[in-house]
Amino acid sequence: MSVMTIVQAINNALDIKLEEDKSVVVYGEDTGLEGGVFRVTEGLQKKYGVERVFDSPLAESAIVGAGLGMALSGLRPVVELQFDGFTYPAFNQIISNVSRMHNRSRGVYKIPMVIRFPYGGGINALEHHSESPEALYAHIPGLRVVIPSTPHDAKGLLISAIESDDPVIFMEPKRIYRAIKQEVSNEKYTIPLGKAKVVTEGTDVTIVAFGAMIRECQKAIVLAKEAGISVELIDLRTIYPIDKETIAESIKKTGRLIVVAEAPESFSVGAELMAIANEEAFLYLEAPPKRVMGFDTIVPLAQGEQMYMITPDRIFYEIERTVKF
Amino acid sequence: MISNIKAPETTKIKLPRTIFKDFDPREDKILRIIDNEGEVLNKELMPDLDDATIIKAYKSMLFTRITDEMAVSYQRQGRMFTYPPNLGQEAIQTAGGLIIRENDWLAPAFREIGIMMAKGVTPKELFLYYMGNEQGSNFRTANHVLPICVPIGSQLLHATGIGYSIKYQKKDEVVFTYVGDGGTSEGDFSEALNFAGVWNVPVIFTIQNNQYAISVPVKSQTKSVNLAIKAIAFGIPGIKVDGNDFFAMYAAYKEAFDNARSGKGPTLIEALTYRKGAHTTSDDPTKYRTKEEEQEWDKTDPLIRLKKYMDKKGIWKENEEQLIEDFKLDIDKQFTEAENFTAYKLEDIFQYMYVDMPDILKKQKADYEQFQNWKENRK
Repeated sequence: MSVMTIVQAINNALDIKLEEDKSVVVYGEDTGLEGGVFRVTEGLQKKYGVERVFDSPLAESAIVGAGLGMALSGLRPVVELQFDGFTYPAFNQIISNVSRMHNRSRGVYKIPMVIRFPYGGGINALEHHSESPEALYAHIPGLRVVIPSTPHDAKGLLISAIESDDPVIFMEPKRIYRAIKQEVSNEKYTIPLGKAKVVTEGTDVTIVAFGAMIRECQKAIVLAKEAGISVELIDLRTIYPIDKETIAESIKKTGRLIVVAEAPESFSVGAELMAIANEEAFLYLEAPPKRVMGFDTIVPLAQGEQMYMITPDRIFYEIERTVKF
Repeated sequence: MISNIKAPETTKIKLPRTIFKDFDPREDKILRIIDNEGEVLNKELMPDLDDATIIKAYKSMLFTRITDEMAVSYQRQGRMFTYPPNLGQEAIQTAGGLIIRENDWLAPAFREIGIMMAKGVTPKELFLYYMGNEQGSNFRTANHVLPICVPIGSQLLHATGIGYSIKYQKKDEVVFTYVGDGGTSEGDFSEALNFAGVWNVPVIFTIQNNQYAISVPVKSQTKSVNLAIKAIAFGIPGIKVDGNDFFAMYAAYKEAFDNARSGKGPTLIEALTYRKGAHTTSDDPTKYRTKEEEQEWDKTDPLIRLKKYMDKKGIWKENEEQLIEDFKLDIDKQFTEAENFTAYKLEDIFQYMYVDMPDILKKQKADYEQFQNWKENRK
């Protein structure tokens, strides 16, 4: 066991896979020599050489499109896109080719490829550096979308993602890249994709969240506890395929649902959870399901960001309203 | 104080003469070996091909043309959906098809049936695809062929990535990839040439410049004097070739192929040709081009040219009408097989989306089956 941040846990997962599987290659902008702008891949080029861990030219569509070519010809590329807001130039390759090649070729070509990028706000960043586009990718048939919230999960989920024969979008909550430290096993382990995790058991209300919002929810739960409210917290871990079973089971128990996420509310993962509550647990609901999510706006620059970001007191405010409905 | 540090003197690197050097796209030169009458213009550059190979090439071009013409005809009969004709572009693909090996890769766009068939794709599979069945892209007898790629230019990046795999795995393989003249305006075209250059990967990029991107002429795509010149910016060799001259295409491919295999990296070939047919069977070319223009290009027809060359040399002794009849019989047989292919099943929609199918998809499929049962019992 070692104490690791999310950055270190991801680095450790990449290290393990590079070590045991020669078909794994890691590349992106600044990913090689520098170790990426967040230093997630630091030291890996030195250890595995420039053929396996390298800097690519600056073009996101090419990083992903070439990765697809590698994946269908025997490699397992793990490509890094530098920021959430820089993934859009690669969108055509992701939506039109990466997600479809297995289907298009009727299974002749498998696409064992991971597209990693940091996402989310709360770090006083420039425009295009604070976005949460998980719903865009979760909506694309053929992809899996994974978001860890702890160092332990980041390592196990990333190893599963690299070992998956289907393409995986792996979104890393940059706000808590280094904010959370945790004992993590140095050994290899995997966490299954498509399974949510009940972080805290409770009886009055279910909160579903993921990524950096888990920590905010945990702070809100402390406030709720003081107010005598018992909250069940579910960490989605995989956005798609979403674990309907775990979510429905929890809603049936508590009768109430709150979704917490940073992305714009309309047509979001939150919207999908509203549908799940209605389709799977309609007769158990005791209050209208509620989304505590970003506005349908651009994430503001630093001076306005504190009002955009979901805070523990805002989550608690909605918990109280839902429970007292 | 005068520094005694001297900048190194520029040494002119003596490169061996190559056709890529001799036909510099910056001078807008074009590689052409036979003229429209089948006369050899440039004996020195004539590829060293025996008569049997030339005859094989002609037959392959003819087979491509007949397959293509029959495809259009089946579409007109309402037995196939939208189809993009290849008519007039056969020499490019036949030349590549003679060089590409079993383990070499092909990343096509969607107007490359000639080289696809040279790789082992069958007319039956092509027909099946255009009948609306993805099983037509499950190439059973062709190795290392990617499915037809519709998003313009995006396949060039896949080719570049495959090139990286080949280099990384130290394999003796080459990637052939294709794009149209319109596709050169896409960002992916530039990104692919740039990445391929930086990575120095064994990829041959061919632009089938057939003069039109649907209705837009090539002069509205770029201010560049030609398309081959675009290679220069990426530091890779580029050449403009008469794409309706089989020998010129063969010579260009041979050098590009040898380059790729010997670690010299990617090349760009602009093959000047003319799309004699429509963009697709849904398109009407009379709206954007003249009869006079079409007639001018008819004089450069790749099959007629090669035939004239063979006639002059006295090597074509086959009964061409009989040959065409035989081809038609074979093609029609394959079309019938495609028409009688196993009926599309519900599971065909779902089963290839993921290697490991998520429960959500299983549930959606089961729900639809329930509906089907309801519908069945209602009768």
